[in-house]
Amino acid sequence: MNAPPGLPLGSPLVVRNLHKSYDGREVVAGLNFSLRRGECYGLLGPNGAGKTTTLRCCLGLTTPDAGEVMLAGLPAPEHAREARMNVGVVPQFDNLDPDFTVAENLLVYGRYFGIRDAVLKPKIPALLDFAGLAGKEQTSIRVLSGGMKRRLTLARALVNDPELLILDEPTTGLDPQARHLIWERLKQLLTQGKTILLTTHFMDEAERLCQRLAIIDNGRTVCEGAPRELIRAHIEAEVVEVYGEDAPGWAAREGGRFSHRVEVSGETAFCYVDAAAPLLDHLAGQPALRTLHRPANLEDVFLKLTGRELRD
Amino acid sequence: MNPTALPRLSLRALAVWRRNFLVWRKLAIPSLLGNLADPLIYLFGLGYGLSSLLPQVAGVPYIAFLATGMVCASTMNAASFEALYSSFSRMHVQRTWEAIMNAPVSLDDVLAGEWLWAAAKSTLSGAAILLVIALLGYVASPLALWALPVIFLTGLAFAALGLIVTALAPSYDFFMYYFTLFITPMMLLCGVFFPPQQLPSVVQAVAAWLPLTHAVALVRPLLTGFVPHDMLLHLAALLIISIVAFGIALRLTRRRLLK
Repeated sequence: MNAPPGLPLGSPLVVRNLHKSYDGREVVAGLNFSLRRGECYGLLGPNGAGKTTTLRCCLGLTTPDAGEVMLAGLPAPEHAREARMNVGVVPQFDNLDPDFTVAENLLVYGRYFGIRDAVLKPKIPALLDFAGLAGKEQTSIRVLSGGMKRRLTLARALVNDPELLILDEPTTGLDPQARHLIWERLKQLLTQGKTILLTTHFMDEAERLCQRLAIIDNGRTVCEGAPRELIRAHIEAEVVEVYGEDAPGWAAREGGRFSHRVEVSGETAFCYVDAAAPLLDHLAGQPALRTLHRPANLEDVFLKLTGRELRD
Repeated sequence: MNPTALPRLSLRALAVWRRNFLVWRKLAIPSLLGNLADPLIYLFGLGYGLSSLLPQVAGVPYIAFLATGMVCASTMNAASFEALYSSFSRMHVQRTWEAIMNAPVSLDDVLAGEWLWAAAKSTLSGAAILLVIALLGYVASPLALWALPVIFLTGLAFAALGLIVTALAPSYDFFMYYFTLFITPMMLLCGVFFPPQQLPSVVQAVAAWLPLTHAVALVRPLLTGFVPHDMLLHLAALLIISIVAFGIALRLTRRRLLK
């Protein structure tokens, strides 16, 4: 099967001009991105930005209104079922099989790929070891912690040794220990040459893992690039956060004199500057205000581009 | 996907069937006993209670008459429960279908696997009753073995009808309507407890169209040692109900899950 003209060959996932509406509301409004083999690509966006709908289109679980998807070299949704032979998925919501033990979950999932028990059984200890679940073969799913379930879901996504992994918010709801373990495992998979598509709204997660990412909002790409590049391109180098009851008042009176841009959220003023020294000197004379001086990060870019108002 | 497209099935449906079988196998004995208890309570309760008042019904002892009806009714109930409560749990509560559809298995395969599984499980249930009543001496001839494929076909029909309801259900509560308005009336109208000829002719005319009527019309003669009248008609009716209902269930489930 040949890729339609204009689509990069050999890419594990190509999305071109994707559109999808529900009840007259355009959830995905002309999205474009393609993954390079071996990279981790992030889709970042506030709730309702269209991330999950995009993933459903990529997996062929829904038909887009317009646009093209090439999954593992095959057009979706037409040939998505065959394409999913080479894809592993970690969904946003836990859907391990509660009627089975840990090992049975992997074995039964392998059967959905047509993998014979005799082939998969010898691989289960290594998969569980990778997931930090060694020796838990006979444990019931119902007694696993949230972190263990996520790790088992990751192991389940690997039963078919996929070239592409699609992870929908893989660390949402996990404690820091569990998140770090997942990150470490994902990095390990990248060094093995797997390609990863990740959605998240944890900016530190995206900064750590993604070679490239797209920030999407209202179903459109707002910006795309490497995390460091995006920070350089879209935001001042440094941030001084100013806290205190009078921070909004101070920001209104004085903020603009020392900063390129000031955003106020509650009792915090975020001052974006290229050089912080004059602002910090001035703030040294304001004992009622506390300050935090830090380099700009991806979260600053995200909030600048998608706004600070709540999305529910 | 176009919800009206023809089913695109593959052998992966069998992996879905096997998944359900594996779960059932873990609890096979309690599950079978559970399936047996309800019909046997009816059989002995009503059978012994009424057989002194009704020594012969349609030419056989009442308890033998009732036993043949209970085979069909328990098949209907087992298929309906599986296709409603169990399938709904896997679709909606546990998100098992969602996980399966991330693998190279289509929704059509998932639904076909569920359908065949519910029919198979109800066949076990009907066959278990059949075995019990055979041991009790209420089965007249080896013709009764032909009841097994009829039981399976009955299971297919009720499993497909149940999957339609599951595709439409917002929650478990919804199933109450189906049982109250459809399953329970069939128990009373389709010849399980008494011959439908006892009913007013208008009701008889309606009952003649109900799926359980066709099952009873086939199973009862086979267990009492006769070849059923209008056998092909009743077989065709069950087959058509099965196929059409599965087609509708598939269309509704696609609309629900692949939107």
